[in-house]
Amino acid sequence: MSKTIGVLDLQGAVREHLLALKALGVNAVSVRNAEDFDALDGLIIPGGESTAIGRLIREQGLEDRLRAFHKEGKAIFGTCAGLILCSTDESHETDDLRLGFIDMEVERNGFGRQIASFETSLTFAGIDQEVEAVFIRAPYIQSVGPDVNVLATYDDKIVAAEYENVLVTAHHPELTKDYAVLNYFLDKIR
Amino acid sequence: MSEKRIGSARVKRGMAEMQKGGVIMDVVNAEQARIAEAAGAVAVMALERVPSDIRKAGGVARMANPEIIEEVMNAVSIPVMAKARIGHIAEARILEAMGVDYIDESEVLTPADEEYHLLKSDYVVPFVCGCRDLGEALRRIGEGASMLRTKGEPGTGNIVEAVRHMRKVNSQIAVLSTKSNDELMTFARDIGAPYELVKEIKELGKLPVVNFAAGGVATPADAALMMSLGADGVFVGSGIFKSESPEKFARAIVRATTNYEDYALIAELSKDLGEPMKGIEISHLGESERMQERGW
Repeated sequence: MSKTIGVLDLQGAVREHLLALKALGVNAVSVRNAEDFDALDGLIIPGGESTAIGRLIREQGLEDRLRAFHKEGKAIFGTCAGLILCSTDESHETDDLRLGFIDMEVERNGFGRQIASFETSLTFAGIDQEVEAVFIRAPYIQSVGPDVNVLATYDDKIVAAEYENVLVTAHHPELTKDYAVLNYFLDKIR
Repeated sequence: MSEKRIGSARVKRGMAEMQKGGVIMDVVNAEQARIAEAAGAVAVMALERVPSDIRKAGGVARMANPEIIEEVMNAVSIPVMAKARIGHIAEARILEAMGVDYIDESEVLTPADEEYHLLKSDYVVPFVCGCRDLGEALRRIGEGASMLRTKGEPGTGNIVEAVRHMRKVNSQIAVLSTKSNDELMTFARDIGAPYELVKEIKELGKLPVVNFAAGGVATPADAALMMSLGADGVFVGSGIFKSESPEKFARAIVRATTNYEDYALIAELSKDLGEPMKGIEISHLGESERMQERGW
């Protein structure tokens, strides 16, 4: 049976994720309301502005549903802003939403402003060849808690990790035609 | 470690992709920037004056004082954009050197060059440019713009020109997609666009970069209208901080942009907002007061 993956459709690179999922033959749907979660086998929290997406999650009344979805053990994939939202990030004092799905501290815009944004290729644990990686005002992971699996680093900074049902990357696989990381995520559901 | 590439088309266009579905707000100081960020803006445009005040002040409108831009950059963690005059190479390079996240080569400022726009592909920093039709859109992309917006008529609080420009671009793309391949060169000539880009649009069926609405957005309903016409997001200039309660107004516009087809919600959001900015009827503007004819 084909799996259904939702893309949180509040702000950001929603279309790119939907197109990538469809290219892989996955049933991809846009998610904007609490009831949209019911049919999902997994969820992608896309890149965008983490402050804006976090605020909209609260205002749309989705925070509890997201937390419940995580507790049910459903697979979640956060890219860039999605990574920030999935973190605990206890070292920064902020009113912005942090879902705490992975015990990790993040440095927002850790590689600098837009003029420092870059693309490269990365060695990614569990994937045979290097993956194409586009970093846009990207965060990096400063530190991870016990049992968090580090999947990729760039310049000695952690840029991809997973813990149980949650996968996060600081880069944007959805901006490339390299579907290896997305397939890695889909394998968590199969 | 593999090669690291900065300033590539994918990195510059990708930055705009991350802004989709969002609202970019004009601000003139750190306090306004913080209000915009807290309201859920995806970026702020740092200016010395909002467009409606530029209209009132008259004279030559230039790049904002770097002190204001720096103040805004230090106040918020979201991206900061700034405007350079059309064709003003030095202003653009100064903004790039300051680390601004996006430059708007903007007709809101007095053009520095009436013949040539900036060669934007030469820069590491990405650019957004205004367009009124597909030809203008493709000329700007040809020069290296990574994001487009309608020109609209800035500082008027009147949405009619932004609607005209959004519909024009979209209907020309629709016409282009019905053309056969042997008609494309003539189509390119007729709209004054690079042939290679015309071919690309025909294949894609859409623009290769994000296209936002700008120029006259004054209410949550205006933002929703532009989204339903196919805008990827919205710039709000004078509308927010010229309204009676900017904080509420900013929040309402952000939510209306996300939920642009939820009209019951937009009705709720539009209550208690106080007066929006006072608008200007376009036909009351003199030829020389129209900003959208700046650039080509």
